[in-house]
Amino acid sequence: MDTFTQGFSSAFTLIARFDPELYGIAGLSLCVSCSATILATAVTVPLAVFLGLHRFRGEETFSRLTGALMSIPSVAVGLFAAMLFSRRGPFGGFNLLYTPAAMAIAQALLVSPLSFGLAYQLSRQRGRENSEAARTLGASRLQTLRLVLRELRPALAANLFIVFARAISEVGTVMIVGGNIRYQTRVLTTAIATSASMGDTGFAVALGLILVTLALALSSAVSFFPKRDREAAG
Amino acid sequence: MIRSAVAAAVALCILAPAIFAGAPAKSIILATTTSTRDSGLLDYLLPDFTSNTGVSVKVVAVGSGAALKMGLDGDADVLLTHDPANEKLFLDGGNAGANSPVMHNDFVLLGPKDYRLPAAYASNAKAAFAWIASNAVFVSRGDKSGTHMKELSAWKASGAQPASNRYVSTGRGMGDVLSMTSEMKAYTLSDRATWLNMEKKLDLVVVCENDPSLFNPYRVMTVNPKKNAQINAEGAKLFFDWIVSSAVQKKIGEYGVKEFGRKLFTPDAPVSK
Repeated sequence: MDTFTQGFSSAFTLIARFDPELYGIAGLSLCVSCSATILATAVTVPLAVFLGLHRFRGEETFSRLTGALMSIPSVAVGLFAAMLFSRRGPFGGFNLLYTPAAMAIAQALLVSPLSFGLAYQLSRQRGRENSEAARTLGASRLQTLRLVLRELRPALAANLFIVFARAISEVGTVMIVGGNIRYQTRVLTTAIATSASMGDTGFAVALGLILVTLALALSSAVSFFPKRDREAAG
Repeated sequence: MIRSAVAAAVALCILAPAIFAGAPAKSIILATTTSTRDSGLLDYLLPDFTSNTGVSVKVVAVGSGAALKMGLDGDADVLLTHDPANEKLFLDGGNAGANSPVMHNDFVLLGPKDYRLPAAYASNAKAAFAWIASNAVFVSRGDKSGTHMKELSAWKASGAQPASNRYVSTGRGMGDVLSMTSEMKAYTLSDRATWLNMEKKLDLVVVCENDPSLFNPYRVMTVNPKKNAQINAEGAKLFFDWIVSSAVQKKIGEYGVKEFGRKLFTPDAPVSK
């Protein structure tokens, strides 16, 4: 019980005193995961919405495949990304391994199936009515896509939080690609792993409190969207 | 209004990692043991290097075996390891540029506070390991690190090997293994520096030390720049020259004296010309 109370009291002290290392780690987590979410969304959402609007053969299988890819283990993605960015890998020339940029890209890879899958399902369920109406009125494919994107925007925004939550709580990818280097590539999740196993209970608890607070805040943020949009998003 | 705020936030998020990434040419990858990190030595020394040369150091602490492999593959610029046998193979293979002994300390055998290892074995590693093999649980690094290699040679020398249900192979770093050993009330081998740095957080005591076979020498090697175009040979040479310089060697010898009453590492680099 002693370690418990000690851990929590040192944690509150660190948080209240704005310990620079602690907040640096939290800040980096936010930057990396924000970038990853934006990158994944920008690449996958337009494509997913477009595909969702059109019927094609094997649609059901495709849908199930995207669903399966959503739960890809983070360490597997981390390993794959590390191989891409290592000096001997295809992108070695950019010297990206052990940098926050690589972490953001790798995390984007990790959450892309999720971002794609959510948008795809949304588009299939709610996009088609709008697109059919637009097409009947003579809209081009591009115009239709833009119209549907605008219609689905609240629901797509809700999805952003889901994707971001997945990104910020994962540890496998950023550990392997970033290397958990102090002051450089250490984020909330990797720092908790290190501090906990080294016996720095106070620091670990402080990190954990910040991470849990962020996660709760994000889940609550989703509830600000109208229920109808959330249902379609889930 | 909101749109522009969102756009600004988006731009910031995308740019921030690039800002944090730092210019690649001004950094080196140092592949090293977990003991140099977990003992606090690198945190103590490195800021001086970066402020003097402007080169930032990416410390990838993976254990000597993995570090040597990174050197072999050209994934690191400079290595700091403590595995003499494999270091020799590395050097014989022409994989290094400059190399030098840099410091040494020793290993200690640790056990639970109420340990039953006979006191007679307090400086006899061979007998201690033999006793542990039949009587206790041993937690191993299991990661081809310098410490792991030393542990394996100790088993070999003792002529004994613990049964699988008494041998915990973790694949973790020194700090992690010490925490686990403390939790499990078992025995393990550690370098003295990491042990001293973590002693207060653990329920372990030294049960065997000062046996000559527990000598722990560290070597610094730059990676042969011919391996690939991304190796920062300049930065690596700067690091090498810095760590063997008499000023830094003196600093290494001072580490831990104030906090632990004894130095954690003894400097070893030949006096610079």
